[in-house]
Amino acid sequence: MAKVTMTINGRSVTRDVAGETLLSSLLRDDIGLTGTHVGCDTSQCGACTVHVNGTSVKSCTMFAAEADGAEVTTIEGMANADGSLSVIQAAFQEHHGLQCGFCTPGMVMTASNLLKENPKPTEGEVRAYLEGNICRCTGYHNIVKAILAASGQDVSAIAAE
Amino acid sequence: MPKDTGIGASTRRREDVRFLKGKGEYTDDISARDLAHAVFARSTMAHGRIVSIDTSAAEAMPGVLAVFTGEDFVEVGGNPAGWLINSRDGTPMKEPKRPVLAHGKVRHVGDAYAAVIAETKQQAMDAVEAIEAEIEELPAIIDVKAALSGDTFVHDEIETNQCFDWGWIEDNRAATDAAIKGAAHVTTLELVNNRLVPNAMEPRSSIGAYKESGDEYTLHTTSQNPHLTRLLISAFVMGIPENKLTVIAPDVGGGFGSKIYHYGEEALVLAAAKRTGRTVKWTADRTEAFLTDAHGRDHVTKIELATDADGKFLAFRTETYANVGAYLSNFATATPTFLHGTLMAGNYTVPNVYVNVKAVFTNTAPVDAYRGAGRPEATYSLERVIDKCARELGMDPIELRRKNFVKPDMYPYASAAGLEYDSGNYDALMDQMLKVCDRDGFEARRKDSEARGMLRGFGVNAYIEACGIAPSNLVGQLGSRVGLYDAATVRVNATGNLSVMVGAHSHGQGHETVFPQVVGEMLGIDPQSIDIVHGDTSKIPFGMGTYGSRSLAVCGSAVVRATEKIINKAKKIAAHMMEASDSDIEFKDGQFTVAGTDKSVSFGEVALKAYIPHNFPLEDIEPGLEETAFYDPANFTYPSGAYCCEVEVDPETGKVRVDRFAAVDDFGNVMNPMIVTGQVHGGLGQGIGQALLEGCKYDEDGQLLSASYMDYTMPRADDLPFFTVDHSQGTACTHNPLGVKGCGEAGAIGSPPTIVNAVIDALQSGGKNVTHIDMPLTPHAVWTAMTNA
Repeated sequence: MAKVTMTINGRSVTRDVAGETLLSSLLRDDIGLTGTHVGCDTSQCGACTVHVNGTSVKSCTMFAAEADGAEVTTIEGMANADGSLSVIQAAFQEHHGLQCGFCTPGMVMTASNLLKENPKPTEGEVRAYLEGNICRCTGYHNIVKAILAASGQDVSAIAAE
Repeated sequence: MPKDTGIGASTRRREDVRFLKGKGEYTDDISARDLAHAVFARSTMAHGRIVSIDTSAAEAMPGVLAVFTGEDFVEVGGNPAGWLINSRDGTPMKEPKRPVLAHGKVRHVGDAYAAVIAETKQQAMDAVEAIEAEIEELPAIIDVKAALSGDTFVHDEIETNQCFDWGWIEDNRAATDAAIKGAAHVTTLELVNNRLVPNAMEPRSSIGAYKESGDEYTLHTTSQNPHLTRLLISAFVMGIPENKLTVIAPDVGGGFGSKIYHYGEEALVLAAAKRTGRTVKWTADRTEAFLTDAHGRDHVTKIELATDADGKFLAFRTETYANVGAYLSNFATATPTFLHGTLMAGNYTVPNVYVNVKAVFTNTAPVDAYRGAGRPEATYSLERVIDKCARELGMDPIELRRKNFVKPDMYPYASAAGLEYDSGNYDALMDQMLKVCDRDGFEARRKDSEARGMLRGFGVNAYIEACGIAPSNLVGQLGSRVGLYDAATVRVNATGNLSVMVGAHSHGQGHETVFPQVVGEMLGIDPQSIDIVHGDTSKIPFGMGTYGSRSLAVCGSAVVRATEKIINKAKKIAAHMMEASDSDIEFKDGQFTVAGTDKSVSFGEVALKAYIPHNFPLEDIEPGLEETAFYDPANFTYPSGAYCCEVEVDPETGKVRVDRFAAVDDFGNVMNPMIVTGQVHGGLGQGIGQALLEGCKYDEDGQLLSASYMDYTMPRADDLPFFTVDHSQGTACTHNPLGVKGCGEAGAIGSPPTIVNAVIDALQSGGKNVTHIDMPLTPHAVWTAMTNA
């Protein structure tokens, strides 16, 4: 066991963790932040995406110990301070960018990172950036639309309801 | 009621807020202070005889609480098939026992033969490694045709690998044979409907708990239909009385069919909870999901279409081998038969249809209903052979279809495959499709593609499906062992807000938003004051769950009926309050009015009065305001559609790119257009995935080669275009109160043949004489077909 300390959604957390404990497991099982989902255990589906020091990371393939000293943000830390939905979250609701909701936390975390790196992405850039996030419900149409809308671009011409 | 909230409004989904904030509650998110973990020992060979299983070392491992093997479940029942199918000779299907844990033999890679319960998941995993199982390997049966000629059986006790040999409609067989024999033209096509893995993003998970004081069990599980799961566990498998078992399906991360069924892991965690006195959780990893979730499709089919010299359809004859895997999953026998054979007349006035389906056991995971369930297989066979026929006859594929469409003045229409279509307008759908897809601009786009060295193809498809599953009377005649009604309770609380308990389960479909739109409109109140309760057998009267695009058509109808009862009772209360006769009360926009007067009371006032029944005429009116309705549909519903797409094929590599896709569907009346469109998008994603990307492959030894996301190609965002979706041409269903037909599966049904037809068109335009390629149309498959042409 090793003692790890990190800041999660602005709150300092210290835990004793076994060496093999994954960051996703620490978040879900020890801290109780179950919004981070595990859909494949092998880093392909992206449902477990969180931000570590400001960058998207698949938390199912990072050891908790590796995040010692890091700033971690999960889906629970993405809403505005007053609890209202952030711009990206609100765009997902407005454009019906989620159905079952399981992949959604990872999609929001990845989309947030994309818009930080590329504030006005093209459709092709959005689709390419989402290669590591799988959704089985939406056919991606409304996810891509929501991300474009969250970037401030006019999506009214993209596709009718 | 303003149209921004009621029926027909694209109300944004209220459930989104919790999902977007990470506050959903899926089964694996649930914990308990006394939680223990289950891990399964699974077969690494496809077929083997269990000689011995020694669990003593595993039992001695740290943290281990219990170890189970198949021996522990010899006395309990098997997990049954829900439909009894008779073969052509009248004999019943073969139904070998499907045990909780494998006993005697293992029958597919992933078949669980033991389970360890331990304090931690890691300890359970370690102990599974310490189980010493001696399993004698037997030859694996993988190919459906070879399975019927060999002498090795998946289930020795039935002495065959054929589950049934079904003919539909057997009395039509001779006439169909004669029509084909005498026809001017016969088009024949042999095809494979590729095996798929549903891949809901949330892996299956189950938590069993047992309370000794009341001898009561609780199962949290990833289910599309908690009542059906309870019924199967109670009546067939474990014998736990229904009133001692609560099944809760909380938020569920997608299903697509794979979470309809009861699985052995659910029974195991309940048995383990009782034996250990602990709450026991099992959650699949993705490899387990690939190995053990019920797969979909997997048909090998020969279809013939006979026409006269002018292209008028005379007969469809189909012979299908349907792989049901190693055990019969709950709907496995209905999917290739009554959800497939009955649709084999399509949208057409063809007079003769005959379908033969041989269901075959193999050493592969069970195969069952997956989004569309039988109708995608029917549509694919029909729409591929029609396209091939058009090419052979030199006819335009759209005109050939139009020539044979059932016309709007022919409803109700008795199809040659035994269904009665209630409504539709297939020409109007085709007209609208041609409009929204800019068919006129195709030739210019093709020239542009050719200038870039690419081949462009246009593909079209018309489909009909049967959903709103299903009339109990009809399915009972067809072998179903359950009724397929649904139920709802509308509870008006004293303060005027409502709880609506529904038997349908929402795992992405948006019931929490849409059902309140319907009830709110009927009662003239704000939908935000109405909450839906679903997924908990202790809170809901009953229900058959969510599959077959049935939630709104069947459960929604129950909600309407229960709400009508509420209105009727509320009118009596209002009449009493205003000292008027019941028959003089009018109800509109949430107000009860005495006809011809200005006397009125609001819905809220009536609700309060119902619970404060001072001076009630108790012989006429009971206190309270709560009503339940069970709704059993009179017929299936029949959504239909016209789909088209344009693809570009790279002749150098065989790579296919979907450039544009238009789906025009008749779903009847639409309650929430935003959600309906989203359902079509998702279906298109899965259907295009089937057509181009997804192939579940077993090798000859029965090893699943595509058991991870590195090997099984899920559609990614950059595999798909923006879609054009249109449901402006709806014709109302004639037999349910909302006039709705169901939209959940259409996209997955209509898109695969559309894509394949377009690819063939592209290749033909480039002078490649390719008439068929089996799905998935990977670059390798397309390149090989071009090279060999």
